[in-house]
Amino acid sequence: MTSSVVSTDSILTIDIGTITTRVSLFDVVGECYRFIASGTAPTTIAPPFSDIREGVTRAINHLQTITGRVLVGMDGTLLIPSHPDGTGVDAVAATLSAGPEIKIVAVGLLEDVSLESARNLATTTYATVSEMVSLNDRRKQDARIDAILRVRPDLVIVAGGIDGGATQSVHKLLEAVGLACFLMPRNQRPQVLYAGNSSIQEEIQETIAPITDLHIAPNIRPGIHSEQLTPAQVTLSKIFKAVRAQQMFGVSDLDQWSGGRLLPTSTAFGRIIRFLSHIYDPNKGVLGVDVGASSTTVATALKGKLAMRVFPQLGLGAKLENLLKYIPVEHIAYWLSEEISRSSVRDYLYNKAAHPASLPATVEEMDIEQAIARQIMRAAVSQVMSALPFEIKGPGADLLPWFEPILASGSVLSHAPTPGQSLLMLLDGLQPSGITTVVLDQNDLLASLGAAADVNPLMAVQVLESHAFLNIGTVIAPVGRARKGIPVIRVQATFEDGSETKIEVKYGSIEVIPLPSGQSAQLQLRPLHRFDVGMGGPGRGGRVRVVGGSLGIIIDARGRPLHLPSDPELRRESMKRWLWTLVN
Amino acid sequence: MIQISPVTKIRRHRELPVPGKIIVRQAQKVEALDIIAETILAPEHLMLDIARSLNVSTEKADDLIQRAAGETINKDDLIAGPVGITQRVVRAPRSGRIVVAGDGLVLLQVNSTPYEVHAGMPGTVTDLIPDRGAVVEATGALIQGVWGNGQTEFGLMQTKLESPDDQLTTDHLDVSLRGSIILGGYCADPQVFQKADEIPLRGLILTSMDSALIPLAQKAPFPILILEGFGFHPLSAIGYNVLTTNNGREISLNAQARDHYKGIRPEIVIPLDVSREPEDVSLAVEDFAPGHSVRVVRAPHIGKTGTIETLSHEPIQFPSGVCAFGADIVLSDNERATVPLVNLEKVA
Repeated sequence: MTSSVVSTDSILTIDIGTITTRVSLFDVVGECYRFIASGTAPTTIAPPFSDIREGVTRAINHLQTITGRVLVGMDGTLLIPSHPDGTGVDAVAATLSAGPEIKIVAVGLLEDVSLESARNLATTTYATVSEMVSLNDRRKQDARIDAILRVRPDLVIVAGGIDGGATQSVHKLLEAVGLACFLMPRNQRPQVLYAGNSSIQEEIQETIAPITDLHIAPNIRPGIHSEQLTPAQVTLSKIFKAVRAQQMFGVSDLDQWSGGRLLPTSTAFGRIIRFLSHIYDPNKGVLGVDVGASSTTVATALKGKLAMRVFPQLGLGAKLENLLKYIPVEHIAYWLSEEISRSSVRDYLYNKAAHPASLPATVEEMDIEQAIARQIMRAAVSQVMSALPFEIKGPGADLLPWFEPILASGSVLSHAPTPGQSLLMLLDGLQPSGITTVVLDQNDLLASLGAAADVNPLMAVQVLESHAFLNIGTVIAPVGRARKGIPVIRVQATFEDGSETKIEVKYGSIEVIPLPSGQSAQLQLRPLHRFDVGMGGPGRGGRVRVVGGSLGIIIDARGRPLHLPSDPELRRESMKRWLWTLVN
Repeated sequence: MIQISPVTKIRRHRELPVPGKIIVRQAQKVEALDIIAETILAPEHLMLDIARSLNVSTEKADDLIQRAAGETINKDDLIAGPVGITQRVVRAPRSGRIVVAGDGLVLLQVNSTPYEVHAGMPGTVTDLIPDRGAVVEATGALIQGVWGNGQTEFGLMQTKLESPDDQLTTDHLDVSLRGSIILGGYCADPQVFQKADEIPLRGLILTSMDSALIPLAQKAPFPILILEGFGFHPLSAIGYNVLTTNNGREISLNAQARDHYKGIRPEIVIPLDVSREPEDVSLAVEDFAPGHSVRVVRAPHIGKTGTIETLSHEPIQFPSGVCAFGADIVLSDNERATVPLVNLEKVA
């Protein structure tokens, strides 16, 4: 890298999470951008502050203490740009995930066409669809109006009519929306996003814009069989900012500091995953999973195409109170390695929900927390994979396609006591197939880099390649079924110093070949019994060069889909054995 | 921060979720069940298609509409017409207010029961919040909990708690408690709620509860407040002292659902007459220091209160393997414990 490519701009990223506000400093070290440090503080949405700026100030103070670098002037404002004496920063990028779910009314012509697309758009941000209106809706117009008023939505998404298609029906549906908005106090009226038939945009502008804030985006359902959410997602991010600015103090300032580039954390997370899909193997997708306190985000990308979904109901904080509506307690207990009753698991969910910032301090509570994380990932990933808008090659239906790499974020994963625990949660929750690298966002930077990529894409690339992220290792997960104890793959590793290791891995086990970070090895893989490692079909093997990581090379020969022993005691023993292999 | 205080100044915003009408005035003394403000939360509308009903064009219908937006009307009042040989008319199907009239249509907002915000505790209105409600101030004991079923009541508190680790069973409840709010221990028996309803009780305060009872508790017709958490957890020493010393007093039981964004917790207010006005601690910041009273919110010491002795300067590894800043605490039973800072809440 030559110095001419690297500008000397430093960047401060600010991420306002539900629990924690994190500020991270990036700057040029030598000739490359590097992550310098992060400062954190509790997020201050709630009283007594009720203003996110207080948390930001405290996090910046923490960062200043860690780095010794002055970022704030005597008047308490951020020093932008940096000064020749090294104080201040040159740019700020900001992300926000904190705040209640955005209440959405989705309006579309046909339930399984445009209304479905409106709902799909809503799932790309921290929102919940509270009401739906479509032509299939048999309610009278006044009942529709009352339904919208009852929800008191933050946003109404209107889709409908393929380009050049129906217009009358769209107008009819919009009447209910317009009247409902008109009946609300002016400062309570929802934002309206129109992303339907583009030929009537002007008429929509005339009827809705005088009543409430109207945003127009390209048609999300331009054809019966085609859906395009990406352009509308950009508009949705702007609406998210507007809604949050109404709900919380300090959001407008945060947006201003970041030059108007404040993004929902999920959008920034999706952006970095899409960005990476341009860099990595074009034949495989990139998968990112972020298990947070208020939601779980799953983003997959292939050659620049992104499919992302936010699950606001699947969070490890206050949302646990409602988790049992979506996930039976038995599914969580399935992953426990300790003998813990179902009632204890249920009690745990409600106690943690009451104190979302708290940490598991006992072995049993950690076991429950990690079991929940596994099942949350399982639920989220299976829903995303069943509705991918593009095809990523893989070993078959109901199995995770070939991904390279898999990036994991969220404190349950990134701050687990050991990388082995993080990896086992990911192997169980995601069940990756074939050969993949697993990278842990140990400093919670992925979304921040996604936001910063807009300001400085080079920085995002260089920091991603640095030690700011923890490369856990290369996972080899052969796909197939066999009897326990039957050898399913032979692995021969040739290291840089010429030494070799050969192992035969039996079905139902996990084996580790140590390979430190910074080193690489040549692997010769020989799947047996028609097991598939993604090298051209079942039973096909070959040579592959892999890089090391904190654990090295991990061969997960438990089969896909993963079936744990049905006997609870045997299952717990197996969980402990696998964990022992990865932790020791 | 959790507030468990034998006497404190309590200041609460009582606000409507949408704009409405304020009932109280500045400096007014209020009782717990007094209405502060009211609004129509979920209005019901009727769309009257005048053009179709009178079988005329939209333009003609507009000429025939006799009422304007904003007018209040009673059931059967004339809305449009007469027209034609038979002098056809449209009358109001229900009482209400016309909100839109035009384009051949009339939209009627029918009268419905208003949603009310109550004072929740006896006190004084110190501020009015335009279109939304008021700030009510009181002095008394305050005990906050972790979970509530969303209901509020005011009544006499009677304790059935003989020790902090007691359990509440149906044997504790009889008809002599009719109309009371009962302070009980851990509850794992669904029959307790049924008997409470039959007596009927005015409310239940439980130290802890089996989480399997949550669906039942949510349906109970009286407020239920959980002080410590789910699963068996004894009542903290400080909570036990504050509550049992106020046995037989009238209390406000505000079992509102917890809202982390608004900082709302379920709470019990016991109004007290005091000669000297106590300090308002609700604005205190959750920074910890040696000497602070704290409550542990997670296992293995969940619900216990104590005093911080020292704070760690480096992250500590806990039995779960997690590394975090912690505090050495002397618990109220003189046991010592090291607890992650994030598992503590300051007791004010």
